[in-house]
Amino acid sequence: MTRIANLLIPILLLAPAFPASAQSAGLEIDIVGGNAAALPIAVVPFAGNTGQTDIDNIIRADLARSGQFRTLDEAGLPERPTQGSEVAYPTWRMLKQDFLLVGRASPSSGGYRVEYELFDVARQERLLGFALTAPESSMRDVAHQIADAVYEKILGVPGAFWTRIAYITSSGLGRNSRYALMVADADGFAPRTVVNSTEPLMSPSWSPDGRRLAYVSFEGGNSAVYLQDIASGAREKAASFRGINGAPSFSPDGGRLALTLSKGGNPDIYVMDLASKQLTQVTTHFGIDTEPTWTPDGGGLVFTSDRGGRPQLYQAGANGGSATRISFEGSYNASPSVSFDGKKIAVAQGSGNTYRIALLDRSTGGARWSMLSPGSLDESPSFAPNAAMVLYAGREGRRGVLYAVSADARVRQRLVLAEGDVREPAWSPYRKQ
Amino acid sequence: MNAPAPRMARTMLVAALVCATAIGCSKKVKEAPPVEPTASTDTGATTTSPMVDTGPTRAGAYGPGDLDSDACLRNRVVYFDLDQDALKPEFQAAMNCHAKYLRDRPAARLRLEGNADERGSREYNVGLGERRGNAVSSALQANGGSGSQLTVVSYGEERPVCNDGGEDCWSQNRRVELVYSAK
Repeated sequence: MTRIANLLIPILLLAPAFPASAQSAGLEIDIVGGNAAALPIAVVPFAGNTGQTDIDNIIRADLARSGQFRTLDEAGLPERPTQGSEVAYPTWRMLKQDFLLVGRASPSSGGYRVEYELFDVARQERLLGFALTAPESSMRDVAHQIADAVYEKILGVPGAFWTRIAYITSSGLGRNSRYALMVADADGFAPRTVVNSTEPLMSPSWSPDGRRLAYVSFEGGNSAVYLQDIASGAREKAASFRGINGAPSFSPDGGRLALTLSKGGNPDIYVMDLASKQLTQVTTHFGIDTEPTWTPDGGGLVFTSDRGGRPQLYQAGANGGSATRISFEGSYNASPSVSFDGKKIAVAQGSGNTYRIALLDRSTGGARWSMLSPGSLDESPSFAPNAAMVLYAGREGRRGVLYAVSADARVRQRLVLAEGDVREPAWSPYRKQ
Repeated sequence: MNAPAPRMARTMLVAALVCATAIGCSKKVKEAPPVEPTASTDTGATTTSPMVDTGPTRAGAYGPGDLDSDACLRNRVVYFDLDQDALKPEFQAAMNCHAKYLRDRPAARLRLEGNADERGSREYNVGLGERRGNAVSSALQANGGSGSQLTVVSYGEERPVCNDGGEDCWSQNRRVELVYSAK
């Protein structure tokens, strides 16, 4: 895995400065763990120049951190073909590569045209051949889109590299604390500040179209739920009732917002119709009910409740009705993230002073658990839109750092903000071209 | 987003309180150090200063100046055990004198800011902080304070006073701060 870490260094050196994020001195990336069963793929350096962006390096890093691919070290390339006519299959078969990606870039109307071709080495067959044209500032997007296309062509599952993450940062203690809601590319690059505050910010949640974030802000002296357009900054206050206003979650159709309100005396789950602002109370229990997350069909909510004593996961209909407990392993289960197909739920599972990210797989009808993280204070899991990876927050000394782990727990990547605390990652939906 | 003006005023009020645990504060505020929930034998005796056992010392009515001078009223942080929202007996005296202050000064308004340590889910901890705030609110009302004078706000684990980790640190974060928004 040192090999992969080395490959990442050039990306770090090329990372441009982002003045918008005053708190961040840049993200540090490394990969821990590895997967011997991953598919070998050679990504040959692309011919031509794309300015500041090293496209093939980004593709290599994306494929490697997915856990599904093992990329060939750039130094180990005996040949450097840049188009199909230059590919000698025996060379790549000898190197035990299953797949080969080549490409080339050329200037085009103020930006670059990037062509790429993917080959199946054993079958000696071209699988993909496309060209993308974009301005220089979008070259990282182009690289992630190529990685997505390769991932989908080979694995039959859409890639989630061209996506974004939202997260919270904080620095300082007590009244010197500063908080920020940030959005960055899924690999941690290009962070930018969406909201800055001297009061806590919490619980970012993406709208299904990826254009808005719901979040909690204490700027008014108490918690309130806001909805904010990321591009324009326009925002509205969705909930500021007496007591807790927390844990917002957009419904899959984007028309409703599940949230936690304690205006009735203790925290219960509600669903707000965003057009009419009308509230439907989903749970009515003296325990703490919070962290509602929608099932993909929009008909149900998975949430955390301590009605049985300790926090555990429950599921209820989005219109109310009785709640059913769904977590029976571990003394503490909270912060559910539901996969796009509803089959898997990632949670923060506690035992004593140790909190780890656990995966509850319900696809076989039963409940199969596996561990995704080593602990010891891991929290806030968030599935990638293709459910192949999970983002979460862990602690490292006094600060929080983010990790991205493959859903089979084999490859873990650390995304570290240079200063302060980074937490509550939320993986965006797929972006639209 | 910057804090609106009223918020700044509140921040000034809470400043003295924050100083109780922050490093490098001015020495003019000599508040009791945090009381260890599980009073460890080596420091428990000294950190649990006598003021904790002092009820309202004054026969007459409290005035705003007493918030800074009265030993009992200066006790404005209530600490809790892990995952607990039950008020511990050592804070009963503080409840008595703050309830008396609220009775003596009907225009006074008190914000009860609930907090949790960093373990566990953040939103769940907001719920836990509210329970702690409600426990203090109930205790104050049981001693004659009026519910209309009290507001509970939970910050969960979002406003730690210590981020070193470990039980000593966590015990300082499991707290309710009493903040007078009107004296």
